[in-house]
Amino acid sequence: MIFNWFRYSSPISFYPLAGRLSRVFGVLAVAFTIAGLYIGLVVAPTDATQGDAYRIIFLHVPTAWMAMLIYLAMAFWSALALGFNTRLSAMMAQALAPTGALMAALALWSGAFWGRPTWGTYWAWDARMTSTLILLFLYLGVIALRNAIDDPRRADRACALLSLVGAVNVPIIYFSVQWWNTLHQGSSISFTSAPKMAMTMVEGLLVMTAGVWSYCIAVTLARVRSIIVERERGSGWVASLIAPQGAR
Amino acid sequence: MSETWATTAAPDAASVSAAFGWALARDLRIALRSKAELGVQLMFYVIVVSLFPLATSPSREVLATLGPGVLWTAALLASLLSLPRLFSADFSDGTLEQIALSPRPLPALVSGKMAAHWLTTGLPVAVLAPVLGGQYAMDGTELGILAAALLLGTPILSLLGAIGAALTLGARGGGSLLALLVLPLYAPVLIFGAGAVDARRAGLSAGPQLSLLAAGLLLALAAAPFAVATAVRIALD
Repeated sequence: MIFNWFRYSSPISFYPLAGRLSRVFGVLAVAFTIAGLYIGLVVAPTDATQGDAYRIIFLHVPTAWMAMLIYLAMAFWSALALGFNTRLSAMMAQALAPTGALMAALALWSGAFWGRPTWGTYWAWDARMTSTLILLFLYLGVIALRNAIDDPRRADRACALLSLVGAVNVPIIYFSVQWWNTLHQGSSISFTSAPKMAMTMVEGLLVMTAGVWSYCIAVTLARVRSIIVERERGSGWVASLIAPQGAR
Repeated sequence: MSETWATTAAPDAASVSAAFGWALARDLRIALRSKAELGVQLMFYVIVVSLFPLATSPSREVLATLGPGVLWTAALLASLLSLPRLFSADFSDGTLEQIALSPRPLPALVSGKMAAHWLTTGLPVAVLAPVLGGQYAMDGTELGILAAALLLGTPILSLLGAIGAALTLGARGGGSLLALLVLPLYAPVLIFGAGAVDARRAGLSAGPQLSLLAAGLLLALAAAPFAVATAVRIALD
């Protein structure tokens, strides 16, 4: 059987699939997060230099990764939306923006509470913090532009273009800020060298990353379902979808 | 989208330069007819730059530290303030729609408008900044570097800003929305621009910063006209 990749590019067939996937990833998110927090807070040993404060890493690093990754995903869907003028890709981009902003905000917030005991300050104009802050501004800009344009199809394309311009700028911003100032500790995990941290810490971090990743997928899919229903409310299949519940 | 590319596919050089020249001449003529408005924008730059010593300290050490950053931040704000002028009048009276309907390539037409915007806002700021830099205890070499950095950096502000100006056409929340969209994108220009003078002060060469600004300018020159043209078409949909 040849799989038809375009089958799920229409909202009507994607809607039930998104619902099933959203539930699966929701369950995975809860499971991974509980396991990850158990490893991180109970199993992992206390750090020699940072004490127990380092345990914020189990939230901080996954959210910081997701903040950057979601921007890439948003730019990917935006490119599809602009290139092929597909509705669902634009809805995916729209659904990703608030979650991306939340991840950037969580990364900054958890970073501030990690910085206080280890660096002695909530905020420093460090390169990674600054670029995450600018990333948050880029997310907020996309969300604000979306809200400022009444016609949803026009908003789709305007936001898609803005996301792509932002995606070109993200690496430039990242490197410009990095040359400007660096206080942040280097990466603790690298794929090219041995990890500089205990194995249980790495395990906890990876399990938490899987948890945050699943959460983002589950929430984004749930949000895209709401967007589909809201946008397609005039169509017959949404009416029949809502009708049985209303009749009950 | 598909017909957008079809109409702009492989325009000949004569058509591109004619479209660019026409838009440049038109926007320059309009700008020069309201000289007062241009003067007000320059006065804004002068006043913002002059307020910082009042807000901080008149001591030469403090001002020398702040100088490049203040002169650059004010340049960013001056550029931001003048951005709505690029498209909004043409958008509201329907001229922009006629421009977009013309058989001339739209990226060339908007490039002419962006060039006119830079000549009437960025260039005066770059010329004026070395004069104002004297207030901030900067010496001759530093003022030269500042002017060079502004000459390379302010066109990037016009090019990036035009994308935001076109995207916010017809959107609610005008000016402050534009600031939210555009200012984060300006950050690298600010870092390298102000960094050029700081590098010189630290006894290093300002060459890397100026080269990076030039590289950014080339990238923006190559990409921004197409992004702005797309944004204009989106706004006119």
